[in-house]
Amino acid sequence: MFDLKQHLKSLVEAHAPSGYEGPIREIIREAWRPLTNSMEQDKLGSLIGIKKATNSLKKTRKIMLAAHMDEIGMMVRDVVDGFIYVHDIDGVDNRILMAQPVMVHGRRPLPGVVASVPPHLLSAAARKKYPSFDEIIVDVGLPAAEVAKLVRIGDLITPDVSMIELSGKRLAAKAMDDRASVAAVTACLDNLNNMSHKWDVYAAATVQEETGLLGAATAAYYINPDIAIALDVTFASQPGIDSDEASELGAGPTLAVGPNFHPKLVEKIRDTAKQFEIKIQDEFVPGASGTDAWAIQVALEGIPTILLGIPLRNMHSPIETVDLRDIERAGRLMAHFIAGLDADFMSALAWTTTNPASVEQ
Amino acid sequence: MLLKELSEAIGISSNEDAVRQIILKAIEGHATDIRIDPMGSITAIKKGTGRNRPRVMLAAHMDEIGFMVTGFNGDGLIKFANIGGIDDRILPALRVKIGENAVPGVVIWTPIHKSHGNNTPQKISDMRIDIGANNKDEVSSKVKKGDLIAFDSQYMEIGKKMLRGKAFDDRVGCSLLIDILQGGPYPVDILAAFTVQEEIGLRGAKVAAQTLKPDVAIALEGTTANDLPNPLAEPDDTEENNPACKLGDGPVLTVIDARLVVPPQLLNFLRNTAEKNNIPYQLKTQPGGTTDAAAIHLSNAGVPSAVISVPCRYIHSPTAYLNRDDYANSLNLLQAVLMDIKWDGVKST
Repeated sequence: MFDLKQHLKSLVEAHAPSGYEGPIREIIREAWRPLTNSMEQDKLGSLIGIKKATNSLKKTRKIMLAAHMDEIGMMVRDVVDGFIYVHDIDGVDNRILMAQPVMVHGRRPLPGVVASVPPHLLSAAARKKYPSFDEIIVDVGLPAAEVAKLVRIGDLITPDVSMIELSGKRLAAKAMDDRASVAAVTACLDNLNNMSHKWDVYAAATVQEETGLLGAATAAYYINPDIAIALDVTFASQPGIDSDEASELGAGPTLAVGPNFHPKLVEKIRDTAKQFEIKIQDEFVPGASGTDAWAIQVALEGIPTILLGIPLRNMHSPIETVDLRDIERAGRLMAHFIAGLDADFMSALAWTTTNPASVEQ
Repeated sequence: MLLKELSEAIGISSNEDAVRQIILKAIEGHATDIRIDPMGSITAIKKGTGRNRPRVMLAAHMDEIGFMVTGFNGDGLIKFANIGGIDDRILPALRVKIGENAVPGVVIWTPIHKSHGNNTPQKISDMRIDIGANNKDEVSSKVKKGDLIAFDSQYMEIGKKMLRGKAFDDRVGCSLLIDILQGGPYPVDILAAFTVQEEIGLRGAKVAAQTLKPDVAIALEGTTANDLPNPLAEPDDTEENNPACKLGDGPVLTVIDARLVVPPQLLNFLRNTAEKNNIPYQLKTQPGGTTDAAAIHLSNAGVPSAVISVPCRYIHSPTAYLNRDDYANSLNLLQAVLMDIKWDGVKST
């Protein structure tokens, strides 16, 4: 029996920043292996699980599901007297680091904390700003000689935190961005296990989204899908975020609307949600979505792409908070949508034109 | 050493009960006259074997810093305020446990993507805790106003020497005092006080000293070590941060702090005892912070008071570090002091 919460826990507690996705890739490989026919990998390291159609079509059709498996992190910049200086790899918030537990991935994993000055010794000037990355120190509590042996410049640093359960169905952890979406893809594959479908499903856990949507572009090239669904986390309502721009936790995945997304494909998935009474929310994205959908849409000859979002609070923090029901719904929605895809589906995405005879679609 | 159990217990000023239970169990049979005073402090006496010796009060505080629930938002988020001194900058994305049921919560934080480069520290009054409730009814069914909030932190042993956990200020002092009471015999009468409410103004120690009426007092503490390099220093900088004290350099003897000048004859006695016994020690002259000794030395007609501390990094945060050797040397020094202390180390000259 597939346990979504337990699966998510195993994903978010793995340490794998952009470019170093090895450990998370193996966890996903093990989770997807029983749900797919084969597993492949593109040359940048994105993992691709292939579930062949149960009733195959004359002309094979492929749908790509994409969720990124990398996470934000820091890197060792220098080691001084046993203390570690750091770089930001991509998008870490310097304001939330003080006193946080971290894991330094040296020759063996070393638990540490980000140093802070006790308030008794703190100057008024120091209290006026958060330390910059130039000032951040990580302390692994070992003698200088030992640290020098165990830690090298370039070693990775990630939050050392486990997933916790809040009230209701809310869960808080690091790396929910975007492993919550990976879990939704797994949930979809699990749902499909008991359904028949005519299209081949290519589930992609992409690399290096946080460094610039890199893995999704090469994965899309590798797969060459007919259509694609990208999944990423999206801002949920909380103080500091305009309520018109925020989704609600627990009210279903968001369906993005805007130039990054094929409008007819958006309507098709909306129909599926309606038919199966699965809660979704609208999200309006006027330009770049900043997600894998942005890279996939312009891969190869252009790929009709949509984006599902998992509402999330405290993005890029060790307490990224989601509602488990939204992940489950996203998985179920995709499974029903895939089960409904048939040989003619692509014609439903055709652009209307006043002169159909002369336009090849 | 009971440090793990003591560190993991939650005992924020005004509700030290969990810590009190551990201590009462640990000292049972090792002291007499064990009482809980009206403030909540534990006092106990360990009779000495010698004659005409000063009665020595040893004080360690049971309470730790934390927070209190002060209100709820309509959207189910919790307002909170600090109990004891804290740097608000360590609060964003903090994990906490609320109230007697230890309801898990997180201090929410507006994502960096939506912060427009704002690097000005947010005040605690503007921060909120999320326990997963959607509205006021939901949140107030799980958490009450006035509930105490503690750091969610795990005790850990690192390498051969280092211990890590919350509330080493001052569970390390409690642990030392338990070890002293479980040891002995000593020639002096020990008046032990495990005090309450140190972090909000040395309240418990004052009352305990008024009850115990000691001739001399030593506060046992975990104190501020800031022995880190300065990442912004130029290679040719010669000026160092003032570390206050350093991990691994032995017990810390306070010379002066914000509210106490340790009487020189008492300080010298402590130093001489350390030197005679080849115990490393360090002197602290950092003017920030104070201890129960400041309240005790002004109690009654005045009590000569000193402080012996175990150096700790990152106190008043969810994760402090201390070095086992410093703990052992602090215990050794304290035992030597109790064996040797006589009136001439106590009376002013």
